[in-house]
Amino acid sequence: MSLLSVKDLTVVYKTQGGGVPAVRGVDLDVRKGEVLGLAGESGCGKSTIGGAILRLLPKGTEIAGQVLLDNEDVLEMRPGRLRAVRWAGASIVFQGAMHALNPVQRVGDQIAEAIVIHQQAGQKEALVRVGALLEQVGLPTRRMNDYAHELSGGQKQRVMIAMALACDPSLVIADEPTTALDVMVQAQVLRLLKELQRDLGLAMLFITHDLSVLVEVSDRLAIMYAGKIVEDGLAQQVFYEPQHPYTRALSAAFPAIGDVRFRRAPSGLGGDPPDPQQIPPGCSFHPRCPVAFDDCSRVEPWLFPAGEGRRAACLLVEGALQRAKGDGP
Amino acid sequence: MSGSEKAVATDEQPVLEVRDLYVNFAGRVGLIAGLLGQEATMARAVDGVNLVLHRGEVLALAGESGCGKTTLARTVMGLQEPERGQILHEGNPLRKKDLHSYRRRVQMVFQDPTAALNPRQTIYEIVAEGLRIHHVAGNEEELVASALSRAGLRPPQRFFLLYPHELSGGQRQRVVIAGALALDPEVIVADEPVSSLDASVRGEILKLLMELRDTLQISILVVTHDLGLAWTVADRVAVMYLGRIVEIGPAEDVLTKPLHPYTQALLDVVPEAGGIERPILAGEPPDPTRIPPGCRFHPRCPVVASGVAAQVKIEERCRGEDLGLAELRRGHFAACHHAAIQGSQP
Repeated sequence: MSLLSVKDLTVVYKTQGGGVPAVRGVDLDVRKGEVLGLAGESGCGKSTIGGAILRLLPKGTEIAGQVLLDNEDVLEMRPGRLRAVRWAGASIVFQGAMHALNPVQRVGDQIAEAIVIHQQAGQKEALVRVGALLEQVGLPTRRMNDYAHELSGGQKQRVMIAMALACDPSLVIADEPTTALDVMVQAQVLRLLKELQRDLGLAMLFITHDLSVLVEVSDRLAIMYAGKIVEDGLAQQVFYEPQHPYTRALSAAFPAIGDVRFRRAPSGLGGDPPDPQQIPPGCSFHPRCPVAFDDCSRVEPWLFPAGEGRRAACLLVEGALQRAKGDGP
Repeated sequence: MSGSEKAVATDEQPVLEVRDLYVNFAGRVGLIAGLLGQEATMARAVDGVNLVLHRGEVLALAGESGCGKTTLARTVMGLQEPERGQILHEGNPLRKKDLHSYRRRVQMVFQDPTAALNPRQTIYEIVAEGLRIHHVAGNEEELVASALSRAGLRPPQRFFLLYPHELSGGQRQRVVIAGALALDPEVIVADEPVSSLDASVRGEILKLLMELRDTLQISILVVTHDLGLAWTVADRVAVMYLGRIVEIGPAEDVLTKPLHPYTQALLDVVPEAGGIERPILAGEPPDPTRIPPGCRFHPRCPVVASGVAAQVKIEERCRGEDLGLAELRRGHFAACHHAAIQGSQP
């Protein structure tokens, strides 16, 4: 059963230049104890999804669809209920956590604050729990007395992870949690996240542009392009045998060292992701697609079944064209 | 040592050579501490580097942040004054008065094209600026057009009057490259040229750099933390740790048969499916103000930590004896006591 079930989610940001559709009809499911990786380039809408799940988007943003967390629609929740669900039901580890800590408050107190508010615990009790949490993320308990500037980048990210776990959430949204970290520290933090996820049976929505990181931590992968999911399936299958030409290009940007196919053979896509206010007709990827044909600029594909447990939104998927033309307008 | 590397290279004059280079940065000292005579701590960012760059070669310089790779690149560009050591351009030591003409031959491409381009200049002005500074003879418009077109911005005239904000990230990086190409350089130093670009566009920029090498015989020094990128474009790879090159050789050898445990550790953390269980070096990135004695990698070295070094009776040397690069395989150098004795065994 799905712990998180996002149904037909659309998000339109309000700007002076009119509405900007950032997410255009997305369905996602994350089961208990499962890691779903959400990948895509900057501007594809992946972080917006993370924000929409916990209703953290700017005021005035139009959100439609359903975000069912444990069968309860987050988008319908009253403010009090929403506050209870944030942290305790689902928490988020942000991109650029380096700057998310309060510089003038001891890190232990920052973690304790969440515990005191959400679990009606006393300060003393909370600090005991903070000590345990810090050990869980590989930091000595005494670090709770440190200020953010006394910690290195990796340590700060560990504190952020401890904070996300403070109220025993069943879902953690990790939005680019390792992006600003150095390679060695990134590997340490990834391993920590994966171990915690396994040990605590957490469900996780892991958002990043780095497909190679995702394939390492995720059970399943969903690839986003221009506000829609264009391919999903088991992580390794999607990465190693991509069906959508966009996934293929993305996957080739993370070459396997030692694989002669990549040696002295960089490959990439021409062009750039489309402006969300001017999404091309038909398949939104067709202007950049190396294998596009006539129908691609006219018929908009949806996620067609493409093998067991896999779907891809491409007219080249077997049988897709017939279905698209038969069912389509 | 580097002597043998030079010997390999003598069949042709290298375009660029770095000889025994040291770059230090002084830390800050507080007023009172200064009055009390406390000295600033020195960060030894580049701590004795020897390197040659051949004509038409792509050399990747890899390492963690803080290993000195960017400082080395900046020093090669003449943007940073070395404490000691020399940069040789076609065999001639670089002097301050030669910097102006040198910079025409050696151009730099920075990491973030958005920061590198003046937002208030048109693309034409940006590319023409270098031509004007260096008083390049010829029809300016033709030169700008040719540079843009070689950088893959075609037809070039379409871009003349645009401003950087009207271009995408990939196009902006092409403008930066066009600015460098306008001066017909022999060498391009590219510091993380694609790390600020989206994954799907990176390949195109790398392809462009490869084309420049193939068609114009430009030598390229790519500074990167990404070994996958090195595998895709580099002829040789140099791995830096705490201000020194600890391993250098043909990309195939260094990346698939590394000699230095640090290179192995870097390769181990390249993310891949199912790789979450592989070994990861403990600890934070090393500190250039406190370079350990002996082999500078020994405090984090798995060969020392696992007791293997003690078994083969080299632990004392690892902890106490600093060492330079030695050619352990043909054209493949490493600075490691353990690799050295392994190499000498039959």
